Amino acid sequence: MTQSVVDDVARRACGSEALLSVSGVDVRLGGRTILDQVGFEVRPGEFTGLIGSNGAGKTTLLRVILGLQRPTRGSVRLTRTGRGRSGIGYVPQKVLLEPDVPLRARDVVGLGMDGHRFGIGLPSRRRRLLVDEMLAAVDASRFANARVGELSGGEQQRILIAHALVSRPDLLLLDEPLANLDLGSAHEVVGLLARIAREQQIAILLSAHEMNPLLPVMDRIVYLAGGRAASGTTEEVITTPVLSRLYGHRVDVIHVHGRVLVVVGDSETAGDSVGDIGREINSDVDVVG
Amino acid sequence: MLEHIFQPGFFASDEVQTALMVGGVVAVVSAIVGVFTVLRGQSFAGHSLADIGTTGGSGAFLVNVSPLFGFLLFTLTGAGAMELIGIRRARGRDLATGIVLGVSLGISALFLYLDTTIDNTSGAVMTVLFGSIFTISPSTLRPVVIFAVISLILMALLYRPLLLTGLDPDIAAARGVPVRLVGLGFLAALAIAVGLSAIAIGSILSTALLIGPAATAVRLTRRPGVAMLLASGLGLAAVWLGVLLSYDSYDWPPAHHGWPVSFLVVALVFVAFLATEVGSGIRRGMRERNRTSASVGSDLPEAVRS
Repeated sequence: MTQSVVDDVARRACGSEALLSVSGVDVRLGGRTILDQVGFEVRPGEFTGLIGSNGAGKTTLLRVILGLQRPTRGSVRLTRTGRGRSGIGYVPQKVLLEPDVPLRARDVVGLGMDGHRFGIGLPSRRRRLLVDEMLAAVDASRFANARVGELSGGEQQRILIAHALVSRPDLLLLDEPLANLDLGSAHEVVGLLARIAREQQIAILLSAHEMNPLLPVMDRIVYLAGGRAASGTTEEVITTPVLSRLYGHRVDVIHVHGRVLVVVGDSETAGDSVGDIGREINSDVDVVG
Repeated sequence: MLEHIFQPGFFASDEVQTALMVGGVVAVVSAIVGVFTVLRGQSFAGHSLADIGTTGGSGAFLVNVSPLFGFLLFTLTGAGAMELIGIRRARGRDLATGIVLGVSLGISALFLYLDTTIDNTSGAVMTVLFGSIFTISPSTLRPVVIFAVISLILMALLYRPLLLTGLDPDIAAARGVPVRLVGLGFLAALAIAVGLSAIAIGSILSTALLIGPAATAVRLTRRPGVAMLLASGLGLAAVWLGVLLSYDSYDWPPAHHGWPVSFLVVALVFVAFLATEVGSGIRRGMRERNRTSASVGSDLPEAVRS
């Protein structure tokens, strides 16, 4: 049943040449299955949301794509577009730096360009201009010279996005960038990312547990539940039959006031979903499990 | 006046010359490695290596080897072992770390006891634990410089990867940085810095020279390169001033026998740190006072009106 969900949605995904193709990825850690036959594709310049509740396997999947976690089975293939671009840019949820660490925001962006190289590295005009350009692209010029450790979470995130962009990646991976932001800042970041994806022709794969802020910009969605994935456009994936098959039991997709709510009762207490809806609407989260 | 500061014979004395040179080299290496130690949050690793180095330094006296090699052998081996056990990552290793450090200091106690009773080298305790920079033989200078250069080359080579892994190890790994190897390289540089520092101001105080100037520098600047230059300057000043004051202190009370260099160096490092802390505290306080007085001023009419 899992297989069929993955297949029929994934088959439709193969339109143009894929930039990233993940196929049949299994990850088992200590006897537990974290990812089960996950497969999807990301095409150049596309905005893809990786949606799932906590523990669905989002972070593990990102780590597999980054090459930080070896899959038990399956493969990840990245086709580079060349033109002096690096493969994948990665934006972690947050960095843990003490406020007095001597690194300015612009130093962090510069490290995105050549931090992986050995040696001290000499300043150059070209380097400085590129760093300034990236800082401007994420609206961070204002705090370019501030210590990273003293910036707010949202400001640090912009710097990390600039850090990832400066190497000109084909694909930008972001781990839960909206998790600690209020609704207004979340919309701002999503708008910023959509603009960057368009202007710089960068594909974006962004993990989130709440899909609603992403609905206006997402070209495709990869929905993870219990380690299994369904992918396609939101219209294809966020439907009662597809998600019910993915979860393995009845799931309701409800459209309320322009928002999409996925109501998940667990298999034994599926009849209780009415109670869940009530909780759902108050709690402003779109996956209830 | 100048004669009171640089007393006759200060620069002519061989001991002073060796002390100034060894101390200067050690101060620079400690400061530069120290900035990365602060940046990576590894000062505990530095302290652990100092404890382990104590065993090597005290053992060296037993087998009639220069304590420098005892310190370095043990700190470098300790660094390798730390990487193998992964002390830094796993919090569960806390107990193991505590036990290993306790044992190494215990063995040092035994070695130092044997040094003083059997070998009758009564200066060993003082030399190993608190250093005696004026008794360093001139022949030690060459190995000190060689190890210092090795450590500085390592730091120059690993400069950018260390900053990147310090920012986030996952980002670095995703960019193809061999994170473990870079970490091991840094631990080796740290081990050398601690070992060299132990020669100058003793194993127990060696972390003061490692962390003190670096911690002061990172409060004064937000640029990593500048922080390293600044820390080197501060370290150099503390060590050289310490040597000078110690030389002058032969006239000082209570014993008229000279004050120990290590105490003076650590005191100077601490004073510099305290001064920047107080300085930044005052600056912050003034900024806040300005802000509150401004807001009180604007609030007042409204409060009166209502």
